[in-house]
Amino acid sequence: MQSKMKESDPILEVENLSASTDNLPILKGVSLTVYPGEIHAIMGRNGCGKSTLSKIIAGHPSYNITNGDIKFLGENINSLEPEERSQSGIFLGFQYPIEIPGVSNLEFLRVSTNARRKFLNKEELDTFDFEELVKEKLEIVKMDHAFLSRSVNQGFSGGEKKRNEILQMALLEPKIAILDETDSGLDIDALRIVASGIKKISNAQTGIILITHYQRLLDEIKPNYVHVMSDGQIIKTGESDLALELEEKGYEWTDNFIKET
Amino acid sequence: MVNENLVKDVVKEPYKYGFVTDIETEKIEKGLNEDVIKLISQKKEEPKFLLDFRLKAFKKWQKMKEPDWAALGYKKIDYQNIIYYSAPKQKEKISSLDEVDPKLLETFDKLGIPLTEQKKLTNVAVDAVFDSVSIATTFREELAEHGVIFCSISEAVKNHADLIEKYLGTVVPASDNYFAALNSAVFSDGSFVYIPKGVTCPMDLSSYFRINSGDSGQFERTLIIAEESSSVSYLEGCTAPMFDTNTLHAAVVELIALDDASIKYSTVQNWYAGDEEGIGGIFNFVTKRGKCLGKRSKISWSQVETGSAITWKYPSCLLLGEESVGEFYSVALTNNLQQADTGTKMIHIGPKTKSTIVSKGISAGNSKNSYRGLVKMGTKATGSRNYSQCDSMLIGDQASANTFPYIKSQQPNSEIEHEASTCRISEDQLFYLQSRGIEFEEAVSMMVSGFCRDVFNQLPMEFAAEADKLLALKLEGSVG
Repeated sequence: MQSKMKESDPILEVENLSASTDNLPILKGVSLTVYPGEIHAIMGRNGCGKSTLSKIIAGHPSYNITNGDIKFLGENINSLEPEERSQSGIFLGFQYPIEIPGVSNLEFLRVSTNARRKFLNKEELDTFDFEELVKEKLEIVKMDHAFLSRSVNQGFSGGEKKRNEILQMALLEPKIAILDETDSGLDIDALRIVASGIKKISNAQTGIILITHYQRLLDEIKPNYVHVMSDGQIIKTGESDLALELEEKGYEWTDNFIKET
Repeated sequence: MVNENLVKDVVKEPYKYGFVTDIETEKIEKGLNEDVIKLISQKKEEPKFLLDFRLKAFKKWQKMKEPDWAALGYKKIDYQNIIYYSAPKQKEKISSLDEVDPKLLETFDKLGIPLTEQKKLTNVAVDAVFDSVSIATTFREELAEHGVIFCSISEAVKNHADLIEKYLGTVVPASDNYFAALNSAVFSDGSFVYIPKGVTCPMDLSSYFRINSGDSGQFERTLIIAEESSSVSYLEGCTAPMFDTNTLHAAVVELIALDDASIKYSTVQNWYAGDEEGIGGIFNFVTKRGKCLGKRSKISWSQVETGSAITWKYPSCLLLGEESVGEFYSVALTNNLQQADTGTKMIHIGPKTKSTIVSKGISAGNSKNSYRGLVKMGTKATGSRNYSQCDSMLIGDQASANTFPYIKSQQPNSEIEHEASTCRISEDQLFYLQSRGIEFEEAVSMMVSGFCRDVFNQLPMEFAAEADKLLALKLEGSVG
């Protein structure tokens, strides 16, 4: 399908993945391969399985894989715990980042960063060294230092929560980042900050999956591939102009693809 | 749903302090009657006033009924099947630590409370109580230089009888309640603290209570007196071996603060809680009360209750002095089949008195955790204020949490504010933390200590870290 010659091994391979929750099938045979340096966009109606796909890749315990495999850097990760996936370099940017009352954002970020560093055999950072690192990363998302002393996401505005997600991505330096509707609820300025943050963090060695409804994020971050999902399957894959076409014609247009396949 | 398999796989950390010290003890016969009380008093060479105090209390106790109003369930205690005095055999008079049985020193070493000159904690003076007696108190000379008296209550009875006679039973009268009466009749040891006028105690004082025998009750008595403009911070720790029988612990703690004096009393209670089926564990039925006698005096209770099969205690403040302040900060954690009914009483008597209550209850497993608190504004408590905040956290779907606030006001010109909340650790919160590389168990304990932050901030530094670790330990394997 993807005819371009790939010089390196894929970061992520989702192979014919089916999954269910409470015996209700959500994914029905999804395949997706991400190579280093690639940006993939996944689009589709609400309830088509986009978010579920991202949660399953991150290891959410509510979903059962009924068929197929998820491979990360060539290894099957179907049975890994979410924390193991994170430590090894998979990042999920939440559509609705969760509030954790009483837990300081700074401490949360430090423990999280150190878990990843430990996995990479890097020295774990004490509070002082971490302060230095986080200061630098705050620049990327233009966040104020005051965010760090608040409880994780508690009382954050929608935009602040999303920027906090990108801050986490910047600290964890994942191999692959799946960003679930990171653009939703953002005004134009916040969207630009988030988009430029994502671009700064990603490089030729990393992969990105953007789950989105809107072209405006894809104007900022141009994807190599666009996938359209419907009823738990990827029904069409194209290049960045597919998103434009979709924007123009709406999801009703994609209903025809189901019939075609 | 929440990672069930993982939870089941987690190796449960056994109770670390469950060992028994094999030591020759002097015990008296099981059972309770006047002769037993006389024998205890005689063994301790007590003055007559104290024997009379005990016997009067015993008479009252015999006429009282064991209370049953708490939301607790337990098998009736057979008070004739308890040993009321048990002490490790030692030389008659011990003049220095070198003469203390090495086995006892070793026991406290193992508990993380080294007592010997070379190893003792540098910033805290410790009174170590083993079953019915105090075996050692560190830093006595250093404290004496400041006029601070810190010793076992038995010694205080001998050397400072005037203070004991003046204050003992003035905060918690023998007739106060069933268990206080019992304690007043049979108490064997405990700590005594006296801070003279104008003195800020140069270091934290602490008592460490260790129950070793399975069949004896522990009835300790603590009395702390802070004279005008003095202040002290006092810490209390407790552990016990694992037995499959229940051991009764009925302590009485009395605090007295005079004008401008302040007492901070912190407890980390980790008595053996019984096993997962609820077999064994300590019955912790304790009466703790402080009297803010003077103007602008302050008494602050902070407690972290993690152990005991049953905890039944309400550290309280009688706010008599004008502008006196009472505080109660509590974290109570129950797991498996533990039961806790704990809270406080803030009795506002003087004008412009102020009290703060912050209670955090965490229930996991099949446990029951209740907050029970009384705030009372007397007729003279004009311009007085209370603020209460009671939060409960449920872990799993079998645990229960209750809040019973009692509010009585006879003074229209006073303010009482009460807030309560209940929350549950959600699967989404756990997944969020896990998806950031944080291990499941650590994620739970992060959220629990976040929940307890307001209380932990009140604990002395080293205690706060200890409490954090203890909670994490107690919760291992409890989420599912």
